[in-house]
Amino acid sequence: MTTSMNTTVKVGITVNGTETTADVEPRLLLAHYLRDVIGLKATNVGCDTTSCGACTVLVDGESVKSCTVLAVQADGQSVTTMEGLSPNSTNLHPVAAAFRAEHGLQCGFCTPGMVMATVGLLKENPKPTEREVREGLEGNLCRCTGYHNIVRAVLAASGQDPDAGQTTSVEADAGRSPAGGVESAPGFSTGSGA
Amino acid sequence: MIPVAFSYARPDSLESALALLAEHGEDATVLAGGHSLLPVMKLRLAAPEVVIDIGRLPELRYIRLDGDEVAIGAGTRHRDLEASDVLGAEAPLLAAVARTVGDPQVRHRGTIGGSLAHADPASDLPAAVLTLGGTVVLRGPRGERQVPATGFYTGMFSTVKEPDELIVEIRVPRTGSSGWAYEKFTRRANDWAIVGVAVVDGRVGLVNMGASPLRASTTEAALADGASIEEAAALADQGTDPTSDLAATAEYRRHLARVLTRRALTTAAG
Repeated sequence: MTTSMNTTVKVGITVNGTETTADVEPRLLLAHYLRDVIGLKATNVGCDTTSCGACTVLVDGESVKSCTVLAVQADGQSVTTMEGLSPNSTNLHPVAAAFRAEHGLQCGFCTPGMVMATVGLLKENPKPTEREVREGLEGNLCRCTGYHNIVRAVLAASGQDPDAGQTTSVEADAGRSPAGGVESAPGFSTGSGA
Repeated sequence: MIPVAFSYARPDSLESALALLAEHGEDATVLAGGHSLLPVMKLRLAAPEVVIDIGRLPELRYIRLDGDEVAIGAGTRHRDLEASDVLGAEAPLLAAVARTVGDPQVRHRGTIGGSLAHADPASDLPAAVLTLGGTVVLRGPRGERQVPATGFYTGMFSTVKEPDELIVEIRVPRTGSSGWAYEKFTRRANDWAIVGVAVVDGRVGLVNMGASPLRASTTEAALADGASIEEAAALADQGTDPTSDLAATAEYRRHLARVLTRRALTTAAG
């Protein structure tokens, strides 16, 4: 715990299972800690305004946008980046493997954030519907693939048939919110007219 | 974008947080989830000398029943609200509104206390608490006080909270199975409400129809007098003062308020 006023703070952050420590300015962003202090470059800084999600990492297992978290806020916590997912390039994490198999990327800039957001989503919701995938990745922007194959990759990573998932989502959504309702419109298209 | 340098403290108790706040007063800013504060610090629209991080105080993170109310710790994250079985059963409007805030990553960090303290008129949760008839519990050097949400907001980004006070709890009545609805109109995913309308138990709250969250009191009165949903919803923009900006003109916001109120009342009526 840091209780006194400090202009430089010693942080200890477990990154991909390895303890890291550094003396940092409190204003250092977690994204810059990961990229510049400990040299893990998979985490991209895209918009730098909490919008695009390219900088998504897991903090204690939950997805966060590391451009809007201070390194000092993650002191004593455990961070997972794209580098920490797969043992090696021939033994990919299931989510990374699904993105490859379903062609869920083109230029690849958004991919580390998409993959980390997906890992966080599937931890909270292991069998999401297509709509839940689209809502779960709402905070991640891709400017080339158009999301279709990304959604397929997430469904595949969850052990579901991407083709089956896309035909049943309308029925799955029809019975929600029986006692009330929430609409956030138009927001995004599910391709189902919803 | 890099914030202006600041001193940082992460007190390990609410008491030491309050002591630091009393010591530093207006030079200090409270950091909880940081998803309103850090963006404005990165844009250098805010440059506090001291940042007091209360984001990991466990005593501020809870949702529990207390008599005929649900008591929510100010440090409770949007994701906690969204996933709470207690809220789902006792105040489902609040859980549903929390689910519309930002995106999952934002909801993992943002807190209800931070959202209310920031008092952005386009925010969802302040209007939801107002619509529910909730209460904000403040603690500071002069003790604790409870402020009804109707008297909490004083204008854009401003509340009755003193600089040496912290929001420690939000209390909302248990609405149980009363009909409710939240209509949030956006043009892009992951965006602020252009206009939002919350309805529960005959009360109607408006997002982004003035400098602070508002109740559509003319609509509420009409409903109480037996008006139809259509008649009451047509009055939803009375007494409001929406702004014109890139997203919408004031007149379009008034139109949205009427339409969304009609939809929300219809949904809430089942």
